[in-house]
Amino acid sequence: MAEIKKPVAKKAAAPKLADPIAATIDPASQEMIVRAQKMGIDTVFDRAVQMKPCNIGVQGICCKNCSMGPCRLPLPKGGIEGKDTRKGLCGATANTIAARNFIRMIAGGASAHSDHGRCVAEVFLSAARKETDAYKVKDINKLLQIAPALGVAITVEEDGEIKDRDIDEIALETAEAAMNEWGKPEGELLFAKRAPEALYEKWKKNGVIPRNIDREIVEIMHRTHIGVDMDYKNLMKQGTRAAIADGWGGSMLATDLQDVLFGTPYPLQSEANLGVMKEDHVNIVVHGHEPVLSEMIVAVCQRPEIIEYAKSKGAKGIQLSGICCTANEILQRHGIPSATTFLGQELAIITGACDAMVVDIQCIMQNIANVAECFHTKLITTHPIAKMEQDSVIHIEFDEHHALEDAEKIVRMGIDNFQNRSTEVMIPQQKATQIAGFGVESIQYHLGGTFRGTYYTLNDNIINGRIRGIAGVVGCNNARTRHNQAHIEVVKELIKNDVIVLTTGCNAIACAMEGLLTPESASVHCGPGLAEVCETVGIPPVLHLGSCVDNSRILLAATEVVKAGGLGKDICDIPVAGSAPEWMSEKAISIGHYFVVSGVYTVFGVTLPTSGAPVFHNHICKEYEKLYGGMWDIEPDPIKHAQLMIAHIDKKRKELGIDRARERVLMDMADRQALEG
Amino acid sequence: MSKLIAFAAIQGGYKVVSATEGLYRKALDTYNADTKIGFPNTAYYLPVIYSLTGMKVETLEDLKKPLEFARGLLPPHIKGKHHLPYLGPLLDAGMAAVFAYEIMEALRILDQPDFYIPEEDPDIEAGKIWVGPADDTILRKRGVEFVDGSAPGFAAVVGAAPTAEIAKDIIEDYQKRSLYMFCAARHNGTSVIEQLISLGVQIGWNTRIVPFGPDISSAVFALGFANRAAMAFGGVQPGDHKKILLYNKDRIFAFVNALGDVGTEWGVAAAGCVNWGFPTLADSDIPEILPTGICTYEHVVANVPVDEICQRSVEVRGLKTIVSDIDIPCAFGPAYEGERVRGADLHCQAGGGKTQCTELVKMAEMNEIEDGKVILDGPDVTDLKKGDTFPLGIYVQVAGREFQPDFEPILERQTHHLVNYIQSIMHIGQRDIAWVRISDAAIEKGFSIKDIGVVLHAKYHQDFGKILDKVQVTLMTNKEDVDKLTARARAEYKTRDERVEKMTDEDVEVFYSCTLCQSFAPNHVCSVSPERTGLCGAYNWMDCKASYEINPTGPNQPIEKGECIDPVLGQWKGVNDFVYKASRGAVTHYNFYSMVIDPMTTCGCCECIAAMLPSCNGVMTVNRDYAGETPCGMKFTTLAGVMGGGASSPGFVGHSKFNITQKKFIKGDGGLHRMVWMPKILKEEIKERIERYGEENGIPGFYDMIADETVGITEEEILPYLQEKGHPALSMPPIIG
Repeated sequence: MAEIKKPVAKKAAAPKLADPIAATIDPASQEMIVRAQKMGIDTVFDRAVQMKPCNIGVQGICCKNCSMGPCRLPLPKGGIEGKDTRKGLCGATANTIAARNFIRMIAGGASAHSDHGRCVAEVFLSAARKETDAYKVKDINKLLQIAPALGVAITVEEDGEIKDRDIDEIALETAEAAMNEWGKPEGELLFAKRAPEALYEKWKKNGVIPRNIDREIVEIMHRTHIGVDMDYKNLMKQGTRAAIADGWGGSMLATDLQDVLFGTPYPLQSEANLGVMKEDHVNIVVHGHEPVLSEMIVAVCQRPEIIEYAKSKGAKGIQLSGICCTANEILQRHGIPSATTFLGQELAIITGACDAMVVDIQCIMQNIANVAECFHTKLITTHPIAKMEQDSVIHIEFDEHHALEDAEKIVRMGIDNFQNRSTEVMIPQQKATQIAGFGVESIQYHLGGTFRGTYYTLNDNIINGRIRGIAGVVGCNNARTRHNQAHIEVVKELIKNDVIVLTTGCNAIACAMEGLLTPESASVHCGPGLAEVCETVGIPPVLHLGSCVDNSRILLAATEVVKAGGLGKDICDIPVAGSAPEWMSEKAISIGHYFVVSGVYTVFGVTLPTSGAPVFHNHICKEYEKLYGGMWDIEPDPIKHAQLMIAHIDKKRKELGIDRARERVLMDMADRQALEG
Repeated sequence: MSKLIAFAAIQGGYKVVSATEGLYRKALDTYNADTKIGFPNTAYYLPVIYSLTGMKVETLEDLKKPLEFARGLLPPHIKGKHHLPYLGPLLDAGMAAVFAYEIMEALRILDQPDFYIPEEDPDIEAGKIWVGPADDTILRKRGVEFVDGSAPGFAAVVGAAPTAEIAKDIIEDYQKRSLYMFCAARHNGTSVIEQLISLGVQIGWNTRIVPFGPDISSAVFALGFANRAAMAFGGVQPGDHKKILLYNKDRIFAFVNALGDVGTEWGVAAAGCVNWGFPTLADSDIPEILPTGICTYEHVVANVPVDEICQRSVEVRGLKTIVSDIDIPCAFGPAYEGERVRGADLHCQAGGGKTQCTELVKMAEMNEIEDGKVILDGPDVTDLKKGDTFPLGIYVQVAGREFQPDFEPILERQTHHLVNYIQSIMHIGQRDIAWVRISDAAIEKGFSIKDIGVVLHAKYHQDFGKILDKVQVTLMTNKEDVDKLTARARAEYKTRDERVEKMTDEDVEVFYSCTLCQSFAPNHVCSVSPERTGLCGAYNWMDCKASYEINPTGPNQPIEKGECIDPVLGQWKGVNDFVYKASRGAVTHYNFYSMVIDPMTTCGCCECIAAMLPSCNGVMTVNRDYAGETPCGMKFTTLAGVMGGGASSPGFVGHSKFNITQKKFIKGDGGLHRMVWMPKILKEEIKERIERYGEENGIPGFYDMIADETVGITEEEILPYLQEKGHPALSMPPIIG
C-alpha cells in the first residue's frame, strides 16, 4: 500500500533561547535573563546557545596568519598514531600554529594590561609635573616603597648627613622612570628584581628577562608572522618574556601607580550583585578597567552640589556601582558596590534602572549598545581607543587634564537621564555583603599589627598545617560554561580543604555575590584549620585583592611569603596553586602564563587552545615545570579542578617536609643560643 | 572566639588610654610641665616606650607624644557582624594599653614616690610589699641569668589563685623549674603575692618571686624588664621594635598566667603581651586563640586547671625545662644494663628455678587505677637475709585513651631491660620464667622491691607516653599471690599467643609498612601483615601497629589494604598504591603469597631467602646464618646481593624464619609443600612446626622429606633423595607455569 506523504509545514524556527537556570547560578541574573527573553532582547546567554564555537579554533590549531590560510589542522578523535604529519600550507606544524596562536593571545593580554598601566603612568607623570589638579600623590609610603625599585633615591646626603628627599622630586623621577619601562632602549625590566632571588636567577638562566614592556609584545607579533619563528619552544620563550613583562611590569606598575595616586586599599565593607542598584536613586554604572576615570566619577558623585542636583531631578541620591575591574578598583579603595561580573553587563541595563553606563576599556560587549537602545540608558564611551559603531552611543572623551569637568559632565548626563526612565524598573533583590580591600600591605598588617605584622604568621600556620596552602583564583566569566558556577565550586572546594584563597577580577565579584567574602563564611565553608585562622585574624577565607592588574599583588604576596621564611626559597617552593575557572580573555592567558613562569601551578577551566597540538601542550604542561617550577593544566570539572590544585599543594608540602603534623619543639637554653643571629 | 577577645580588649584599650589621659591632664594641672619623670635608676627612660619607639621620656611634658601615639594606635571598635579583620588592631590596642600602663605607672611614681620600695626584696614588716620597676642594677644582674640559662624564662602572674595554698603550689612548681615569677594585679581583693605572704613564703628577686605591683598596670614592668634585656644583652637599638619583640619571642621564654576573671583591662594587657610572643594561659573560661604565629605556639589558652598551669604554660611557650630523675636509691641507666650480679655479691633473688617469678602487663580502665601508685604485697627485701630466695610477681596495669590490649606484650617485654637499668639489679628472662637477682650493693643503698614499680612507671611514661596515660604497679612477694598471678598470666600468654598465631590477613583491614631499611634499600618497603611477618624476623604485625601508635610519623605506617585483587597470590589495591608511592614509582605492585609471580621486594636484611629449584619442581630456602653453598647455586650473601636493593625478583623472595610455617607462606605457589631443601640448622630450629604442618596437611614424615646440606648442595644431588622419599613437590603442577 502506498503511503501518502504529508506535506510538512515550513515555519521559520524561533531562535533558540538560553535556559536561565542552566545559564547562571545567580538568581538575580536568572531573573534578568528571563526578563530579557520576555522583552525579546537577546543576551550573551542566548547567543551562546545559538552559536557553537568552532572546534578547530578551540583546539588552537587554526592559523590565520596569512592569506593562504586559514589553515586548519584538526586532531583526529583518537589522536595520532606514529608521526604527526599535519602541516599548514607553509608547512607550519600543529605545534608551531598552536604556539603562535598562544603567544599572540599573550601579546593581546599583555598589551591590554600594559597599555592600561601606561595610561596610569601618564596620569601619574602629569600629576608629578603638577599639570593636573585632579590627581595627586595620595599614598606617599607606597611611592617611597616603589621608588627604590625603579632606581630612584629616596634620601640625599647633605653635608655628610642622610636626609629624606623632597617628595615632589621623588615623584617626578619615579614617574619618568616608570614611563621608561615601556620603551627604554637598553637594560632590563627593573621590577624583575622584585621577584625572589632564586626566581630572578631562573629567569636569567632561561634568558627570559624582559627588556622593556612594549618591545616584547612587538616581538611576539613579529615572530608569529608567517615564516619567522617556527620552533614552539622558542616561541614560548618569547611568550614567557612578554608575560613577565606584563605581570612584573605593566600590571605591577599599573597597580603600584594606582595605589600611589588613589591610595593603597585597606579592608572595608561593601556589597555585590545587581541588588545594589537603587530604584529611587540615579544609577550610574561604571564598567571597564581603568580607575583613572572612575575615581573622578566617585569624587564627583560625592559632591554635595551634585547630590543636590540629583535630588532636584527627583532622585534620592546617586547610586554608583561597577562591573568588571573598574568595579574592583573603586570597591577596593572606596567601597563602591559591585553590580555584577562580565557576563552580567547586559543584565545591569535590563533592570531598566541604569541611567548611565560609563565604559572605558576591555571586556565591554558591543551588544550593550543594542540593549541600551531598548531602554533609556545612556551608554557613554570615554576612551579614545575604545569607541562603538552604534549611533546611540555617546562618546565623551576623557582627558586627565580636565578630569573633573569631564567626569561632572558624564555624571550630570546620568542625572539628567533619571527622568527619562520608560520601562518598568525591575531591580533584583539579591545582594551580598562583602569585606574587600585586601592588599600585600594590609595582609601583613593584619597578620600582626603595627609591631609584629609579618607574613610569617601566615607561613607558620601553613607550616603547622592549619592552612594547607594558598590558591590564587582569578579570571573572567565564559558564556560557554554556567555563569559563576565553576568560580564558586572551585573556591568552596579549596576552602573546605583549608586552602586560603586570594581572588581578583570577576572571580572576586562572583565570590562576593555568593557571600564568600565575609568572615562569617569561614565557619560555614572552611575546613577546621582555615576556619580557626580566619577566626583568629578576623578575615574571610577568600581575600579580595582587586582587579586583573592586581594579580601582581598575588605575585608580591607570594614573594613576601617566600621572604618571611620557612617555606622554601622560591615561589615554586611554597604550597600555592593558581586557577582561572571561567577564563575567556587573552588577558587571562597572559596572567596564567606569568603565574606559571613565576613558579605557580596554574589550572584553567573551560578549555585551553592547545589541545590540538599534544606535543606543545605537553611542553607547557609538563616540561615547563622543570624550567620554571610552574606549569599549565586544564580541568573543566570544578571539583576535579580544585583537587588538582590541592594535590599540587600537598606535593609541595611534602617537598618542604611539612606534610605531617608538626611536633611541639621545646627549647632549652642551648637550643636558643644556637639560633642564628 | 578571638572576636570576643578583640572586642573586649579593644574596649579595654580605649578605657586604659582614656584613663591615662585623664591622669595626665590631672598631673599637668598639679605639676610643672618640666617636672622630671621616670622610673628609678634606669638609663632606659620609660623602657617599653623607649625601646619600641625610641622616645625618651624625661619630663612630664615628654609624656604627651607617647600618649598621643598610644591613642593613635587604638583601632576602631569591632562590629558585631561583617566585621573587618581584627588581629592587627587587637595587637595594636594591646600595645596602646601597654604604653598607657607604663605612663600610668610613671605618674604613680610621680604622685607617690614611696609607693614602691626600690630594692631586691620587699620590706614586709614596713608594709612595703611592692618593689616596682627593676632598676638597671637588678636588670643586669638578673638579665645575665636569662642569657646564660640559669633562668629559663619568667611567668608573669596576674591576679590571685583560688586559695593561698594553691598559689603556693603554683609558685613552687615554677621555682622547681627555676623560672622567675613576675607578679602583679589583684583578683577578689587579693593577689598571689599577698597569698604567699600570708603563708610566710619569702618573696622578692632573691626567691625569684617578684612582687611588681598591685595593679594590672604593674605588669608592664615585666615587659620593660624584657625589653631592657633585649637592649642590654641582645644589642638591639632602641626604636628597632621588630628586633626587640622578635628577640623576646625567640629568646626570652616568658608567658602570662591570668588567675581570676579576665576583664577588658586584663584582656588588653594580654593582647599587649602577644606582641612580645608571650602567650596567656588563664584558669577561667575565656575565648582561646589557638593558631600559632605571633607566639611560637598558642596565643591564648583558657580553662587551664591551676594544678596543671605550670606544665601547660611551659609547653605552650615551647620551653624545655629539666624533668627530675627517677627517684630510686640506686643509679639508673643503660650503662648498667649489662652488669651482672655474681654469686659472691648476691643478696637475694626471685625466680631462676628456685622460686616463681612472673611478669604480667594488663590493660585497665582509666578510672580503675591510680597513676604512679606502687603497691608492695608481702615482705620487702629488707626482711630477707643474704642468700634468701623469694617469689615475685610484677603486675602492671596500664590505662590510656590510646591503649589497646595488643600493646600489653610489647610493654611487658620492656620489663627486662628496664629492670636491668637499675644498678646492682640483674634481670633475666621474661613472662613466667623471669629471674631477678639483687646484690648486696643494692641493699646497702636502700633498694626496695617497690623501686621496680617506680622505674616501670617512670619509664613507661617516658617511652610510651603517646599510648598510655596511667600506670599502676603491684609487686607481690607472697607465694600464694604469685602463684595466683602466675596461673592467670599463663592463661593470658596462651590467649595472646593464639591470637597472634590465629590472626589471618583476612581479619584485618590495615597492614603496616616498615621502612626501617630504606636507608640502604631506597626502593624497598616491607609490608607486614599478620600472616607475613616482617622479613627481618624482628617485627610482626602487632609490633608494627604499636610502633605506629607510639610514633605516628615513624617507620611503620598503616596501609589500608583496600580491594583484594588476587586472594591466592595475595595482592591488594591499597597495598599496591602505597608501595607505588613509597618506592617512588619504582615498584607498582607485588604479591604477598608468591615467590614466582611478582614477589614482594627485599631489602637484603631478611632472615631467609627462598629460591626456586626448577628441576626439583620445588623451592629451597636458606637462612642468613648458613654460610655454605645451596642447591640454587648461590650462597645467602650472593642471594641477598642479587635480591637486595628493593627490586622484585621473581623466583626469589625474602622472608622470616617464622613465616615458613605460617599458613600463607608461598601459598600462591603451592605453599610449604614445595619446600625441598633447607639448611639443617634452620630445619631443626623450626622442626616442631614443620612436623605439625606435615600432620595437618596429610604428609606424614614431611620433615624428613626436606633435604639439607647433608644430602647435597646441588639439585642433582638432592633430586634422587626427594624421589626416594616421595616428596610431594615432585607430583605438584610445574612450578613454572
